[in-house]
Amino acid sequence: MTAEARHRRAGGSRIPILLLVPAGLALGFLAVPLAGLLARTPWGSLGAELATPRVLEALRLSLVCSLGAVGVSLLLGVPLAFLLARVEFPGRNLVRALTTLSMVLPPVVGGVALLLAFGRRGLVGRWLDQWFGITLPFTTAGAILAEAFVAMPFLVISTEAGLRAMDRRYEDAAATLGAGRWTILRRVTLPLIAPSLGAGIALCWARALGEFGATITFAGNLPGVTQTMPLAVYLALETDLQAAIALSLVLLVVSLAVLVALRGRWFPTA
Amino acid sequence: MSLEARVELTLGQLHLDVDLAVASGELVVLLGPNGAGKTTLLRALAGLVPLDRGRVVLDGRALEDTEGGEWVATEDRPIGFVFQDYLLFPHLSALENVAFGLRARGLPKAEARRRAGAWLERVGLAGHAGARPRALSGGQAQRVALARAMVGDPRLLLLDEPLAALDVATRTEVRRDLRRHLASFDGTRLLVTHDPLEAIALADRLVVLEGGRVTQTGTPAQVSARPRSGYVAELVGVNLYRGQADGRSVRLAGGGTVVAANVNHGDVFAAVHPHAVALHRRLPEGTPRNVWAGTADAVEVVGDRVLDGLW
Repeated sequence: MTAEARHRRAGGSRIPILLLVPAGLALGFLAVPLAGLLARTPWGSLGAELATPRVLEALRLSLVCSLGAVGVSLLLGVPLAFLLARVEFPGRNLVRALTTLSMVLPPVVGGVALLLAFGRRGLVGRWLDQWFGITLPFTTAGAILAEAFVAMPFLVISTEAGLRAMDRRYEDAAATLGAGRWTILRRVTLPLIAPSLGAGIALCWARALGEFGATITFAGNLPGVTQTMPLAVYLALETDLQAAIALSLVLLVVSLAVLVALRGRWFPTA
Repeated sequence: MSLEARVELTLGQLHLDVDLAVASGELVVLLGPNGAGKTTLLRALAGLVPLDRGRVVLDGRALEDTEGGEWVATEDRPIGFVFQDYLLFPHLSALENVAFGLRARGLPKAEARRRAGAWLERVGLAGHAGARPRALSGGQAQRVALARAMVGDPRLLLLDEPLAALDVATRTEVRRDLRRHLASFDGTRLLVTHDPLEAIALADRLVVLEGGRVTQTGTPAQVSARPRSGYVAELVGVNLYRGQADGRSVRLAGGGTVVAANVNHGDVFAAVHPHAVALHRRLPEGTPRNVWAGTADAVEVVGDRVLDGLW
């Protein structure tokens, strides 16, 4: 080994200061706000804060809406994932891009778009109102719709990836054993993609639970009807800081739980 | 009971054009190099790949006929399929894998599990009923796959390279078991392999497939005696003798004894590769295990080989 190479090697094993400083700052930047939240949490009165009717109402509504959004996503998103993964058709890439658009779209824009489509005078909402007497804006169903709009892509993408990675010859094997299409789906395909499906559900649910922009734009901020936890946090910030912190803590714990559950599945571990 | 198939199909680079007839009770081995279309042919017989033209008739019933418009879907064909890497469902136990077909065909759970259990016992895996495929050895997985394919009492058994995924050490033993289980099956049997030893050891009749076409067919003895293509000549240029092993010594069925490289017991095939045969004027010293004295009446040089008429 030449002296120069040895020198370079020795230099490479030391962490350059130019890397360390901004990296450390980045870590602090991401972690300090969370520490701030924990530091200001009223641990003593946490139980009481969370038990107030307003907070409980927001908690209940958040559960209903986020689970409803997951339900809608499963019902519509899983078939869409099958279509994208299994059927070749012209414009498939365009459809996939469209599917993921609401992931990158500012949620407020999503809310406005939903209003223009499903509002009382909207493209589709007009007919829903006239024919079935259904109005979606400013209802719990509307909040579910808004959350599903932003959360469904997470489920579709994860499920499609699972379907693509799966060895389809397992389905052939099942067919040679006398299994029809539904039996194969139920007993072979879905169990084999269960990890991807599970990750998709968790991400979809976490995204729905935290949804703010589209919900407040499309469904408004009505306590007990559309005021989910993130909306309640925002409102409580001006009137009742303790309640806002308590609610934020709940959302933080849920996010961490999802992260831990998905460890190594969605986020590769080195 | 028999299989009659005329298969014409194009899949990517492969053009398959094959006439195949298998009598019941006969074990036909389809031998050919990689890419010859062996697996595709099996998949076509199973209905997993549609024919461009042709027909598949099993026991007088048309499963597929492109002219008559017949088509029986894979799940309704009375077949058993052992896939090359077995494809045991990883999320089900060995027992549930074997019971899968019975359940899919509508048998009650308890009855399906009972029959599956009986089959696992038959292949010597009663103690592994609850094991996931991941926990099974290659030989055990192969036996579960065989039980899974046979438990539904199929009329046609298709086996795609059933020994290829095994290491050499277990292959001999698993092959012996496979022979025994195949012998107990009374339907039509078709096995695919690229390994000539396996083909000759198992086949009643060989069908050699090259480039999507049948190049030769006959008993293993006929095919090895008169190879009709370079591929076959290369493959069967191995002298194979049936015999009884006792340790390293193998008593040949046709008389005589050879010394084998490894220890075995019971029915075996002894393979003598031409490259391993050498002629010496005097009694050789060193490594040869088998030494015979004789008179060469002619020596002929063919490429890198020497043909000799010994005795």
